[in-house]
Amino acid sequence: MDSPAIATVNGEMHAEAHAHPAHLRHHFETVEQQREAASFGMWLFLLTEVMFFGGMFMAYLIYRNWYHAAFVAGCNTLNIWLGTINTAVLICSSLTMAMAVYSAEKRHKKSLITYLILTIVLGLAFLGIKSVEYAEKFELHHVPGPNFSIEQFVHPTNPKAVALAPDMAEKTQVYFSLYFAMTGMHALHMIIGISILIILVVRAFGGAYTDGHMTTIENFGLYWHFVDIVWIFLFPLLYLISRYR
Amino acid sequence: MSQHGATDLEHQEHHVVGPKVYLLIFFALMICTGLTTWVAFIDLGVLNPVIALAIACFKASLVVLFFMHIHYSSKLLKLTVASGLFMFLVLITMTLSDYISRAWGLW
Amino acid sequence: MSSSHTIVQLPDQSTAQLPRKHYLNQELGLKSWLLTGDHKRIAMLYLFSITFFFFIGGAFASLIRLQLLTPGSDLLAPDTYNKVFSMHGIVMIFLFLVPSVPATLGNFLIPIMIGAKDLAFPKINLLSWYLFVAGGLFILAAMILGGVDTGWTFTTPLSTHYLNTHVVTAALGIFIAGFASILTGLNFIVTIHRMRAPGMTWFRLPLFVWGHYAASILMVLGTPVLAITLVLVALERTIGIGVFDPTKGGDPLLFQHLFWFYSHPAVYIMILPGMAVISEVISTFSRKRIFGYTAVAFSSVAIAIFGFFVWEHHMFIMGVSNYSALVFSLLTMLVAVPSAIKIFNWSATLYKGSITFETPMLYAFGFLGLFTIGGLTGVFLGSMGMDVHLTETYFIVAHFHFVMVGGMLMAYLAGMHFWWPKITGRMYPEAISKLAAVVTFIGFIFTFFPQFILGYLGMPRRYASYPPEFQVLNVLSTAGASILAVGYLLPMLYMPWSLKYGKIAGNNPWQATGLEWQIASPPLTENFVETPIVDHEAYDYEWLANQTEHEVKTVG
Repeated sequence: MDSPAIATVNGEMHAEAHAHPAHLRHHFETVEQQREAASFGMWLFLLTEVMFFGGMFMAYLIYRNWYHAAFVAGCNTLNIWLGTINTAVLICSSLTMAMAVYSAEKRHKKSLITYLILTIVLGLAFLGIKSVEYAEKFELHHVPGPNFSIEQFVHPTNPKAVALAPDMAEKTQVYFSLYFAMTGMHALHMIIGISILIILVVRAFGGAYTDGHMTTIENFGLYWHFVDIVWIFLFPLLYLISRYR
Repeated sequence: MSQHGATDLEHQEHHVVGPKVYLLIFFALMICTGLTTWVAFIDLGVLNPVIALAIACFKASLVVLFFMHIHYSSKLLKLTVASGLFMFLVLITMTLSDYISRAWGLW
Repeated sequence: MSSSHTIVQLPDQSTAQLPRKHYLNQELGLKSWLLTGDHKRIAMLYLFSITFFFFIGGAFASLIRLQLLTPGSDLLAPDTYNKVFSMHGIVMIFLFLVPSVPATLGNFLIPIMIGAKDLAFPKINLLSWYLFVAGGLFILAAMILGGVDTGWTFTTPLSTHYLNTHVVTAALGIFIAGFASILTGLNFIVTIHRMRAPGMTWFRLPLFVWGHYAASILMVLGTPVLAITLVLVALERTIGIGVFDPTKGGDPLLFQHLFWFYSHPAVYIMILPGMAVISEVISTFSRKRIFGYTAVAFSSVAIAIFGFFVWEHHMFIMGVSNYSALVFSLLTMLVAVPSAIKIFNWSATLYKGSITFETPMLYAFGFLGLFTIGGLTGVFLGSMGMDVHLTETYFIVAHFHFVMVGGMLMAYLAGMHFWWPKITGRMYPEAISKLAAVVTFIGFIFTFFPQFILGYLGMPRRYASYPPEFQVLNVLSTAGASILAVGYLLPMLYMPWSLKYGKIAGNNPWQATGLEWQIASPPLTENFVETPIVDHEAYDYEWLANQTEHEVKTVG
């Protein structure tokens, strides 16, 4: 039996509580508290993602300064137009995701599903373009590992390109290591995001998220925007190094 | 402190951000993207990476403030974002303190 | 004051019974445990797992001490010895120390202490336990498949290039277990911010909660950097992405920067919850409010923040620049200050308090002495001149065992004894537990104090053999370890014994303040019958005395 030492809230609180919406979990007092807690939790998770990617940005910063010429050469083998298009694709997908959140707020089931599907399509488009880029890198022997070749950097075919000394050319492997690690990790996050989106679409069909409880859509939106932000930084850092040459 | 420990949030209206704001931000982001690609082809020496990063930071801020609703959020969430940014900067700057003062290495 | 003076007040044992309904008998069956959302049951699941891993880590420790009885590599081959100390470190740090207090006592008590029914995210809490077990299984797999011998620090290029052991498996296990830690910290932060009962302001919170809040910030912001570092090591070993590989132009020191960016805050993740326990124990057994509550609360947060700024002191001899080393050395001196503030405040709490010597208090006294010694030797190591001589010797080994074992593990045992009556409804046997505490303390001193001397004299760490002149101190250390083992085994025996034969504890055997002592032992699944309203400060013994007058002393 509890000690009467602790004063208690009026017993009516509990009776009132049973008039609450079905989605209110019993350890929360109000829907607002539950919503704020979920949102706060999601932001804390995004902080962990910032620190997770942060390690790779640190590595990038150091090696770009140590091996600038190699980074320039490596960067110029990337297709800047595919990169720009991909950036635009992701920004569009952020718009459609934001509109999906808005549709859920306004309880419009059809627009919610439409925008979620559009987001999936744009995400898949991004991944499609990415795989085209990766395939090209594979063919040109720019994938780090035993098949890596520095031939193109020591004896460039493009007359405007600067030839690198062999030891600096070796360092292009560091550039490509970071390219694959960073864009690969980003792509993994996109794949996870698209998988979750598919589940959300299925559940939205069943009526979820347009009944007033759209916290999941809201918080997934935060995740999706974060993935967009990572790319907003990856694009200039990986694709736009001394392009004027 | 209010009854339920949730302070002013209970009484804060749940602000719904509308399509007009989203479209405005979207266009701003697209323009910045075009801008950053265009500037990359102009030789500005050491300013190139600076401008590229500045534009990237600006774009990220737009996404965080408006798409992710931080502009409309509580002080707690704003503080949370700030602390994440702070910790990221600590990682970068304090590690750099070693690399920029080394006698060896190619800095 | 007679020698049997004690503050323990138990209900009349001839009529006392456990409450009819509580969180342990609410639902029965394996499924109700494995799919539970109840933070108290999850705490028990964690208790079971970390005790298991403690045994494994302890077994490795025994092998180390046996090996070091003789100067030559007589018991184990050098490669095997490398695997043994690596596994000892990995298991003890990631599978025992990091989750020890937060995942067991933190999970159990934080919602109750703030007046909530559960943590903010019960399902995430359960997920964190499953992730912890999965991570532990991967680490065990690495051990069974042949072990990893890089040391728990996975230094490159040794770990990426020169060893053929199960680095990736072990790294994967640590990655997964790290996620468990992140989720626990995330849960605690949201809970403490958003789920406090009416009237429970920040400065009325028990210091236990403050300590866990600070540790949770470290868990959330620091662990992901370890995660990415281990991923990069795994990528380098498997597909040749050479970020740390010097032959490809990488910098092995970058690995160390990223690794220690987490691993230094990790030591504060480990100690802050222990300090949180000590605050509660010292207050209760001095019958006095913690001196300088605000200073202790803020010092927890200060340790958390400053803890992020000092990691390079693990790398002084690795090739970092002298200038950055000076900066980090200065910052290391500063980070000692908040810890010292706590020690001063606890001492001031003891001064003119009504001190009694129940088992939790014995462990707390052990903590005060041993953590102080460990912490001070940390300051020695923080000064570059000393560190060049002492690093990678047994001085370091002694330093961190003093803070982690003499400090943290004693705090963990203090906490387990202090809250055992609340968790189980029964008291542990007092006489044998006091004996165990004393044996542990004596065993600890004999095990680890000689190691300071050994390190100062120059005995390197992580070596399977050593020069014969170090043997006497090593034998002394191993003898101490066998005594220490007895001290740890005794609770493993009498705690389970007490589940059946221990005295019924009642709601508040210690006459302590705090919301957890105002509810039944063991508590109901929903903790409180109705949401409490808090109108008194923490550690308010006058308020408690008023309540006791009106308290209905029925149990069951």
